[in-house]
Amino acid sequence: MIPAAFDYERADSAEQALALLGEHGDEAKLLAGGHSLIPLMKYRLANPAVVIDIGRLNDLSYINDGGDHLAIGALTRHRDIEIDDLVGSQTPLLAAATSQVGDPQVRHRGTIGGAIAHGDPASDLPAALLALRATMVITGQDGAREVSADDFFTGFLETALGDTDLLTEIRVPKVPDAGWSFQKFNRRAQDWAIVGAAVLVNNGSTGVGLVNMDSKPVRSAAVEAAVSGGATASDAAAVAAEGVEPPADLNASVEYRQHLARVLVRRGLEEAGRA
Amino acid sequence: MQVNVNVNGDGQSHDVEPRTLLVHYLRDACGLTGTNVGCDSSSCGACTVHFNGEAVKSCTMLAVQADGEAVTTIEGLAPSETELHPMQQAFHECHALQCGYCTPGMVMAAVSLLDEVPNPSEHDVREGLEGNLCRCTGYHNIVKAVLSAAGGDA
Repeated sequence: MIPAAFDYERADSAEQALALLGEHGDEAKLLAGGHSLIPLMKYRLANPAVVIDIGRLNDLSYINDGGDHLAIGALTRHRDIEIDDLVGSQTPLLAAATSQVGDPQVRHRGTIGGAIAHGDPASDLPAALLALRATMVITGQDGAREVSADDFFTGFLETALGDTDLLTEIRVPKVPDAGWSFQKFNRRAQDWAIVGAAVLVNNGSTGVGLVNMDSKPVRSAAVEAAVSGGATASDAAAVAAEGVEPPADLNASVEYRQHLARVLVRRGLEEAGRA
Repeated sequence: MQVNVNVNGDGQSHDVEPRTLLVHYLRDACGLTGTNVGCDSSSCGACTVHFNGEAVKSCTMLAVQADGEAVTTIEGLAPSETELHPMQQAFHECHALQCGYCTPGMVMAAVSLLDEVPNPSEHDVREGLEGNLCRCTGYHNIVKAVLSAAGGDA
């Protein structure tokens, strides 16, 4: 499988990437690590006229201590996040979710920004970033703005990123003492989650992100409300399939996904609660 | 577009279409057919090569992304014409292949794994090779070979 022909542009700076986006608009797609975009192009599900390669923008590959949060450059590769000491100590849920992305080869190339910008409800990282209450920094033609993870994921493979926007940074609150759990159910190593759940319990506040339980990455408002109302893990998990509309596909029916969500959220709440 | 790639220590320069995948560049432009195309969808790992020293799936990279960078294929692993790389030797000694189709990618992934985890447990090896599928061996002897190459008991 070979992608359809396209014009290739290589950006040497974020400014140049933005200028190229301004020039080409919705004709163009940004190429970071390529592990979401290239498969889509090979299947001809995406046929951009122009590909803007931002994979060499090393200025956007970093993990910095931002005080109350970690500032992670959008071009930071999964592998670098997975093994980073700061991520491991300050936001271990993100490290755990990142270690579940694809396989080692995929994690060597794929970037956090690319995975997030893809907006895939079956992806591991959005659920973790939702549970963690992360913030995305988007740089547009007129400057930067911050968008909460809740507002970032807007639909199936759709995000708050406009045609001429560049995702530049992901800000993840530091939660060194939080209880957490990342639950992923799949049939084979390296597969996408059939269903997954990211749970964070921090200072009495609980965040629950769900993988593959709706048309977009979502938090479970029902479970979070049940926990804050004093429900046990078991009782709170019983509502994990409420308020979301999971897809049916070859791997799982709607009912099976609802069942998995209840089981995985219960396990996640129990594990996070033990910390 | 002209791309210049250091492949196995040799400077290669070719005019390619931007849509050319790295694996096709290596096989067709460079003539290095040791890297196989398996699933062609970044699942099976048969096309694994080293990109700047790390295992990647060359079916999910464009040749233009490798412009100015270094790639090592299975052909570039052995130290000489008459000597195998220790990982190749371990695969040979542990009978870690049957049909051999997955082997180049498996060996490249295994070498990259030991670079990152020099003394892996059996679990580390199985997890570390999750991106490579073998339909013959049941993995047992592959895991044995990687542990043997790492210097552990196998």
